[in-house]
Amino acid sequence: MNRMEDLMQELGKKRLPKLHVGDTVQVHYLIKEGDKERVQIFTGTILTMNGRGIARSITVRRIVQGEGVERVFPLHNPRVQKVTISRRGKVRQARLYYLRDRVGKQTRVEELVGEKVRKERERERAAQAAEEAESTPEPSEKVEV
Amino acid sequence: MTLILGHKQGMTQVFLEDGTHVGVTVVQAGPCVVTQVRTQDSDGYDAIQIGYSDTSEKRTRKPQQGHFRKAGVAPKKVLREERLAKPAEASVGDSITVDSFSEGDIVDVVGTTKGRGFAGTIKRHGFSRGAETHGCMNVRQPGSIGAAAYPSRVFKGKRMSGHYGSARHTTKNVRVVRVDAERNLIFLKGAVAGPKGGVLQIRTAKTGTKK
Repeated sequence: MNRMEDLMQELGKKRLPKLHVGDTVQVHYLIKEGDKERVQIFTGTILTMNGRGIARSITVRRIVQGEGVERVFPLHNPRVQKVTISRRGKVRQARLYYLRDRVGKQTRVEELVGEKVRKERERERAAQAAEEAESTPEPSEKVEV
Repeated sequence: MTLILGHKQGMTQVFLEDGTHVGVTVVQAGPCVVTQVRTQDSDGYDAIQIGYSDTSEKRTRKPQQGHFRKAGVAPKKVLREERLAKPAEASVGDSITVDSFSEGDIVDVVGTTKGRGFAGTIKRHGFSRGAETHGCMNVRQPGSIGAAAYPSRVFKGKRMSGHYGSARHTTKNVRVVRVDAERNLIFLKGAVAGPKGGVLQIRTAKTGTKK
């Protein structure tokens, strides 16, 4: 069903950021409250990545006031405006569910460093910048949460 | 009352304006052409017959060739008829495209379910299974099919194993999520009967109302 695959490509975003489980990411999510629109930034660790193609989604976990909060973001959803990676994680599991049982300092994921990571990050930033330059410049008011 | 024929392409999902996403079936539908209009006078009932998917004359049977020639349309692979409550407004040769449907419409979708061959009672009727261990030997068996001396027979309609699938199935009140007139595609919310490539009939819902 080649036609279906083409269609799915068309329905989704052209490019997704190269994400990995264990990365610390900022998800820029558009929120509509009545007539008002604002971008909320959700920062956390990617626990797992699910689905393929247009159904691709990530589960992001963060600790808010001592309470673990997990949110699932469908990556192709237009409301997920941008996902930026602030830190690559060094992990050995495909799904970091063990983080749910941990508190305090133990919830941290060790950072993955090295030449390869640095280059990949640069590529990613360049691609993202190119994408932003391409899309029409729109007034983006970002509210930190 | 609108009717269109199409081929099921497969399923995917689309994102709606409110940020939610919905699973959709993509159908390549039309363009169809009206091949015959049945009327109360000539046939005893009102209906329209429409054809879909062009084919060559060589691939068409002789009686069918005559039928198409009479209607003055190119031979079609698929012909379907739909009964109407009142005399048809369309006339022979009229074309029907996906434009007849719009986003938010409620439709009924008729298809042929996937064939499952000779299926047991668990798959066919949803019977429960026996235990697999502790010496049980009736794992997928139907169990008792009735009493003995009275009635001394098995009641008609007793659910048993047999042929399952490959049957006409109507999915009622399906919402049209999107219409792509350029490529003749209709996006329907949820699943409909049949395999990818299966022929579907899409018509305005008989009971549902537009919301």
